[in-house]
Parts: sequence; structure tokens; C-alpha cells
Amino acid sequence: MAGTDNNSLDGLVGGDYAAGFVTDIEADTLPPGLDEDVVRFISARKDEPEWLTQWRLDAYHGWLDMVEPRWGQVQFPAIDYQSISYYSAPSGDQPKTLDEVDPEILATYEKLGIPLHEQAALAGVAETQQRPPVAVDAVFDSVSIGTTFKETLREAGVIFCSFAEAVHDHPDLVRKYLGSVVPRGDNFFAALNSAVFSDGSFVYVPENTRCPMELSTYFRINERNTGQFERTLIIAERGAYVSYLEGCTAPMRDENQLHAAVVELIALDDAEIKYSTVQNWYPGDEDGRGGIYNFVTKRGVCRGDRSKISWTQVETGSAITWKYPSVVLRGDDSVGQFYSVALTNNHQQADTGTKMVHLGKNTRSTIISKGISAGQSSNAYRGLVRMNPGAEKARNYTQCDSLLIGEKCAAHTFPYIESRRPDGIVEHEATTSRVSDDQLFLCRQRGIDPEKAVSMIVNGFCKDVFRELPMEFAVEAGKLLEVSLEGAVG
Amino acid sequence: MNLLEISDLAVSVGNQPILRGIDLNVCAGEVHAIMGPNGSGKSTLANVIAGREDYQIDRGRIALEGQEITTLSPEERAHRGLFLAFQYPIEIPGVSNMEFLKAAVDSQARAAGDPEITAVDFMQMARIAAEQLGLNPEFLKRGVNEGFSGGEKKRNEILQMLILKPKVSILDETDSGLDIDALRIVANGISAFTNTTNAVVLVTHYQRLLDHIEPDFVHVIANGSIVRSGDHSLALELEEKGYSWLEND
Repeated sequence: MAGTDNNSLDGLVGGDYAAGFVTDIEADTLPPGLDEDVVRFISARKDEPEWLTQWRLDAYHGWLDMVEPRWGQVQFPAIDYQSISYYSAPSGDQPKTLDEVDPEILATYEKLGIPLHEQAALAGVAETQQRPPVAVDAVFDSVSIGTTFKETLREAGVIFCSFAEAVHDHPDLVRKYLGSVVPRGDNFFAALNSAVFSDGSFVYVPENTRCPMELSTYFRINERNTGQFERTLIIAERGAYVSYLEGCTAPMRDENQLHAAVVELIALDDAEIKYSTVQNWYPGDEDGRGGIYNFVTKRGVCRGDRSKISWTQVETGSAITWKYPSVVLRGDDSVGQFYSVALTNNHQQADTGTKMVHLGKNTRSTIISKGISAGQSSNAYRGLVRMNPGAEKARNYTQCDSLLIGEKCAAHTFPYIESRRPDGIVEHEATTSRVSDDQLFLCRQRGIDPEKAVSMIVNGFCKDVFRELPMEFAVEAGKLLEVSLEGAVG
Repeated sequence: MNLLEISDLAVSVGNQPILRGIDLNVCAGEVHAIMGPNGSGKSTLANVIAGREDYQIDRGRIALEGQEITTLSPEERAHRGLFLAFQYPIEIPGVSNMEFLKAAVDSQARAAGDPEITAVDFMQMARIAAEQLGLNPEFLKRGVNEGFSGGEKKRNEILQMLILKPKVSILDETDSGLDIDALRIVANGISAFTNTTNAVVLVTHYQRLLDHIEPDFVHVIANGSIVRSGDHSLALELEEKGYSWLEND
């Protein structure tokens, strides 16, 4: 009014990307390009057994015959797979302990707020109430540079290490489960990953063991022109419980970088896996230049009776997000859950959701999806609920809410429901709403500035999902939303 | 002292004039009532004073405690002690009343350079205010106006006023949607809040709220202008004769 402040919803989004710096280190990076030799090189570099080299090569040959999926509600120019470098690692020998890691890299994680020193992590605990420490596996470009609290976990019988280590130290487990949930030929990006995957995390929780601390992996892309292709495998034996969290960031660059990961979860009888993601890959600048293409396949199988797999994701980064963390409910009475917050701003595009495949009796699934679109972004929920003939009395509840900020963004919902059970119960609720000028005015009239107001409104909208995150990550997620929304009004 | 001073305020939306030169002086310790038929510009006046951006100010000025606020943002006006109780309070799903109120109190404290109130003290203050309005403390944990009845929404506005302790409160049709009992509780809450350092402006269509809160002045707006000012007896006269009595005047 009267030419005073023009705070309106248009433009309240778009903060600084705090994780956008580059770490200046020497790296051994493969020249761009992909052929059999590259696949062999990666496998040799990791000193892998012959069966795994062959496994990769089979995946590679399968991939050659596949085409990029284009059914998503996202648009991007053709990716030149020969222009990407498929392996990059800090120079020198692989560090045996964290003390041998390049201080520059340690400083990087410190700057990102990831504690890699167990003593420091423990000292922090005393100061900040009784927050239990979190074990971290830090993956830098193509390699894991260290994993904390390994000893403590080993005493409990829990294996938590880099994927490359697992291949050497626990080959039977890797061979038994690798590709058992996401087969090599599952889709284009999963096949690519199977051929060239570099590192990632491996978790094994033995029978009737409750993992004594939260486990987490922090993925960092640093090198230019590289892709990151990590692989995560989590196995929870009968009656085991584990809560795992992954975080990810990358430097700000003008070109797009590819991240194509595969995550496989296996829960046996009465086991529970809780998998949380806070995805903050570089989203590109406000004109849509640069950013990560996040094309990820995540799937868990509730193999045992009464097992439970729960995915919680907070997706604020990446230029394009294409991921559908899914659960195959094979065991009777098993439970699958998907809680998602996906925020897109500026020119970001997200096509994300889940698949709940009910095979066993009395299987239950819950899907809560919260999409927030701002700027000129596009945000799509895509979800499949399938009840197979054997899924007696299966039940699903889906709630799918979209929140729009401003006038130029888009929200889409693509639910697919396939029930072959007359007694199956499928509920789907969907809403689309807008951060309204009335809500904003109410907050401002009470003295709350517009940015704080929008972040409060968005956080309220996401409450059902944040509740599912481990405490400290819920706080983190709230802050991340606030940063991602900076400038959305004004 | 003049807490709120409005001089020759003319406001339009698009090219449509809504207010055509309003003058109003509100001093500390006073209760004013602004009455008028539907569409006379009452709510526009309330919203323009609070800084709503959908209106064009053609001329005139608004001052709070002697300082002009005509071009300030809504939050700056709030920081200076201006409060608007909304006619149609809007929902903010998932944001609890408590969280919302604490954010409001904190931002006002920050603007004033005061230390933030502790969570414990805040809870205490909020509970007392809720009880005063006959609201269960559980009410504070619910989402802002989320699933509230019409009466609860109006009480929630007054709750916010009691907690924020503004210097000038403009209550826009706070009585509408309240049953007789709720009206009495809300009116008692407002009466208990008024003192010699603050002022309340009641914007209302009906005189029934004024049975509970005796106004010092009554102003009648018609067609964008204040056509008559007087004491409480003017409201009673209006009630008897209807607004057409003034329009035909």
C-alpha cells in the first residue's frame, strides 16, 4: 500500500546455499567416458572379487540396451553419459583411520556440521543434554573416507562400514543380498549404478539386536564433472532394529551433475528399519543453472512376518529429483510407511513418491506426502499402491497434500491404485492449498516478519512428517526449510 | 494523549473510493465504537489502520502516539502497539496456537529490544489468559483456528490481544458469531483489559456488544464518511431507528 513495502508471496523463496563451497584437494579422477574398461577399472581399484566384476559388467551390458525413463513430470536435456567421470577419489592411499584423512577433507565435514571425531561427538553430548551420539560414514565423491563408532557398534554385533570394506570383510552377506531388492536391470539408472557404483554404506544388524545408536551416512560430491553412484545395503535380521539417516550436499556449479544411487533394505521377521533422508544437494541457481540430477532407486523388502520398513524423506535440494522409496510387503502382517516433504523453489523439479506393493496377508501401508512448490518450480507426487491376490485384508492409507507459494509454480498428483483383493482397503485423501495473503497478514499483524511467517506456515504444513524424523534431524529439517524458503516473500 | 490519530483519510480499491476523508482521534483510556451499515467502509478502515496492502491510500495520515505510521509495514505497526482482531480469523494448520503466540511475543520483544520471555513464563501467561476467556488450556495446543467453532475463533483473537497487550486494539466485528454467554465472557475480557494507558476501537454492526462495554464515543460511518459522532445514546438511537434514519438525514 502507498508504495511502501511490497512484501508479497511472490519471491519469498530462494536463500543462500550454505553447503556450496569446494574443497581444494588433489584427486585421482578418471577421464570422462564409460565403457567396459571403466567398469573394470573401478572394480580393480576396489580390489573386488571376480564375481562382482562380472556382476558389474552384466549390469553394464544390460544398461547399454536401455533408455532413459522419460515418463516423469520433469524436463531436462539429454544427458551425455560419455562426458561424465565415473570415478574420483582423493589422491594417495586409502586412509586406514580417520587420523590419516586429509585435514582439508575433515575441515569440509566440520564446516558442514558433521562430527567425524568420536571424542568431539561425545563431548558435545554432555553439553547438549543426553542426545546419544550418531555414528557417521562419510562418503566423499567415490569413496568412503571414514566411519565412526565402529568399535562401539562391533561390541553390539552391528556391522557399519563402507560398501567397499563390506565386499572384503563380509563377502557372503554382500553376495547374498546385493541386487536382491533392486535387480541390476530394474531401471535405467539402477542398471547404470550397478555397473559403476563406487562406494556407499553397509549395515548389518544381527538377530534380536537393537542398534545402540543412530547410524548415518553423509554424501558429499566435490569434484567437477563427476557423478556419484553410491550403493547402500541394510540388512536387519529377525527381531533387529535400526534407524539410519543420510544427508547429502554438493558445491555450487553451473553445470548439472548426476547422482544415481541405489538403496536396498531387507527386514526379516519382526525386524524394523527406519530410513530417513535429508536431501540437500545443490539445487541450481535462481535462473535454473546447475544443480544435481538426483535419480535414485530406493526399495525395501519386508521379507519377514511382522517386519516394518519406514522411509522418511525431506527433499529440499537438487535441480531434479526422481525417486520413489518403496516397500515390498512380502511377510504377513508387515508394515510399510512413507513420509515425505518435498520442497521445490526457483526452477527445481521434483517427481517423487513411493510404491507400496502388498503381497502378504494383513499387510498395512501408510503414505503421507507433503509437497511445497514455490518460485517457478514443479512438484509432483507419484505413488503406486498395489494389492496382489495373496494380500488378504491388506490396507493402505494415503494422504497427499500440496502447498503452493506464489503464482508461477505447479503441483501435480499421480496416484496409481491397483487392488486385486475384494477385501483390500485403500484410502486416498488429497488436498491442494496455498499460503494465502490472509495467513501472511495475520502473522504480520501480530508482529511476525514475512519470512518467519512463511517458514512457520510451511513447517506447520509438514508437521506430520517431521514428527517421524529423529529429534535432532527434525530440528535440522525445519531450519533447512527456512533457508530454502528465504526470499520467498519480498 | 492521542494514541491514534486519523486525519482526512481517503482510501480506494481500484478506482472505487471506499473511505472519503475520515477523521478520528482516540485517546488513552477511551473506548470508541464505530458503527455503520454493511458496506459502509468499517472493515476497510480497520484493515487500512493495520497496514493491509490491498488498498490505495489517496490522501490523509494515520499516527500512533504522535508518530506517523501511514507507510509502515503491518509488522512495524504491530511492534508499535497496534492490534487488529479479525472479523474472519483464518486457519494456519499444523502451527499450534502456543507456537504462533510465542513467535508473535518474541518478535515484538525483539523489536522493542527486550529480552525474550522464557517458555515457562509464557505458558503461565497464556494459561491465565485462556482461563479468563473460559478456554481450556488444551486449546493452546491446537492449530491456529484449526477446526475452531466461530465463537472459539473470536475468543482466540481476544486471547491474542490479552497476551500481546497492545496500546490500540481495533476489534472488527468481534461480537458476530458469539452466543449470549460467549459474548459476555469476551466483553468481560475486553473490559478487564482496558486501562488508562490503552484504547479500544470496537467496529460493530449491532449495539448488543455495547451493552457490555460502555463506549465513550460512538461514530457512525455511512458511505465512507463519519456522518455522526456522539456518546452511547447514539448507539441506542440507531438500534431503535435503524441506519436508514441517518442516510435519509
